[in-house]
Amino acid sequence: MDIINNLVKNLGDGIAAGIYGALGQGLAADILIMVIAAIAVFAVASGGFAGLTYAERKIVARIQDRVGPNQAGPYGILQPIADAVKLFTKEDTTPAEADFWVYHLAPIIVAVFATLTFTVVPFAPGVVGTNLNIGAFYIIAIGSASTIAILMAGWGSNNKYSLLGAFRTVAQLVGYEVPMLLNMLPVIMLTGSMSLVDIIERQAGWNGSWGLPFIVILPLSGLAFLISGIAETGRSPFDLLEAESEIVAGFHVEYSGMKFGLIMMGEYMNALGVAVMFSVLFLGGYAGPILPPYLWLVLKAFGVFLVLMWLRGTLPRVRIDQLLNMNWKFFVPLSVVNLILVMILGKVFVSDPALFKANGGILIQPLAQALIMGASSFALLIIALAIVTRRVRKDRMAEAAILLQRRETNQQIAASVH
Amino acid sequence: MRTDYAFIGVTLVVACALIGVVPILNYLIAPQTPNKSKRETYECGMETVGDTWVQFRAQYYLFALIFVLFDVGGVLLFPFAVAYNSVNLWGVIVVSLFVLTLLASLGYAIKKGALNWE
Repeated sequence: MDIINNLVKNLGDGIAAGIYGALGQGLAADILIMVIAAIAVFAVASGGFAGLTYAERKIVARIQDRVGPNQAGPYGILQPIADAVKLFTKEDTTPAEADFWVYHLAPIIVAVFATLTFTVVPFAPGVVGTNLNIGAFYIIAIGSASTIAILMAGWGSNNKYSLLGAFRTVAQLVGYEVPMLLNMLPVIMLTGSMSLVDIIERQAGWNGSWGLPFIVILPLSGLAFLISGIAETGRSPFDLLEAESEIVAGFHVEYSGMKFGLIMMGEYMNALGVAVMFSVLFLGGYAGPILPPYLWLVLKAFGVFLVLMWLRGTLPRVRIDQLLNMNWKFFVPLSVVNLILVMILGKVFVSDPALFKANGGILIQPLAQALIMGASSFALLIIALAIVTRRVRKDRMAEAAILLQRRETNQQIAASVH
Repeated sequence: MRTDYAFIGVTLVVACALIGVVPILNYLIAPQTPNKSKRETYECGMETVGDTWVQFRAQYYLFALIFVLFDVGGVLLFPFAVAYNSVNLWGVIVVSLFVLTLLASLGYAIKKGALNWE
């Protein structure tokens, strides 16, 4: 059992020991080990991309009552390879008036920064690219780099549709970073560390013997993080920056061949990164019973990605004013209120005896503290939704009344003319 | 400590190398027969009118400005979140006031109509 659980870690340790044996302890060996680990991280990210393109096309097809890819290999399982061959052999046209460097560098930057997200993800105990002490912060910082790359792609193409897509990106991606950041804060507060490994260990050892994922303790933060994560990666139903039916394909309309492939790759990796981050921050990452840890992380991340596909298969695209209103007038205030609520509750109800001695408060069981936090967070969500629903309904009623009045005046005018 | 970040640097170089080679491979494999109409800007088959790099609406700029406000405020909250266990209730109330100041500025922006999309 132990052998299976530690399979990845032992493999990595074995390779490292072999390299140290061959080269001796030194800088060269260290760098070689890092390069191999970096290639492994890249392989995980791009393997996930290849698998997910196939899975998404198949599952969205099922949702829409189609068959999906079924020609390349059994059940179309070789479709990603066929896609790669097709994109590699497709002529790569560059618009005559494009800005050379900006246009050609944008796809590379999208894909590179999407890969960098995976360097801090812990895949199993001891299997992590690098356990940064600012891991969660690093994810936010790297995630915002793709915004710049998308802006570069839109600007460099010298196409009005691309530029429109890029402008929408600025408004959308930049805005949804705020709730993402604000909803990461409660998790960091309850853990007391920004390291992703610490966050997972905290969830695994919540009550000493068994774990409790943060989604139970902070349901509102989890939900808001997931939704703003979807918006942040520009996936449907928030895919305004590449809306096919409005601005052709937005910022990547001028890209063809493998440059388009790289942009696609970056987007899928970012979406996968959000799914992985959600599993790490709110679902307990690799922690779980019976199954080996790395399998747990894959299962949780795929489960979250399944939700993303489901949303993509069901929901229509939102309008840009709705999108921005939802962010600035709903998510941001709600996240701030939730943050203050969690901050104060965490100080009033204390579960750690040492902290109780230092800061005071009311000493209760860890489980009771978790339940109080979860229940009040959930209650806040319900209250906020009730207020917003009423408000939106009122607005819609007012709009409908105006339209009705306009129609009546039009009919009167028509009647008087006749 | 420093080796933690070295890995990110190494990954950056490796990823740049592995991904940077892709467009070059594509350039070598794929046929290259550009002509004038292929290299035209793709805008639904119409000829492009005017320059693309024109002035754009200030609306986008306003959103970016308010984003900067919240981003900087949020970044200032990260050290507090890490030190959360070592402050008492009074410290939490002080930080709440800071956060509420941010919220008040958002309320001001909404009231002024800066966040209304037209």
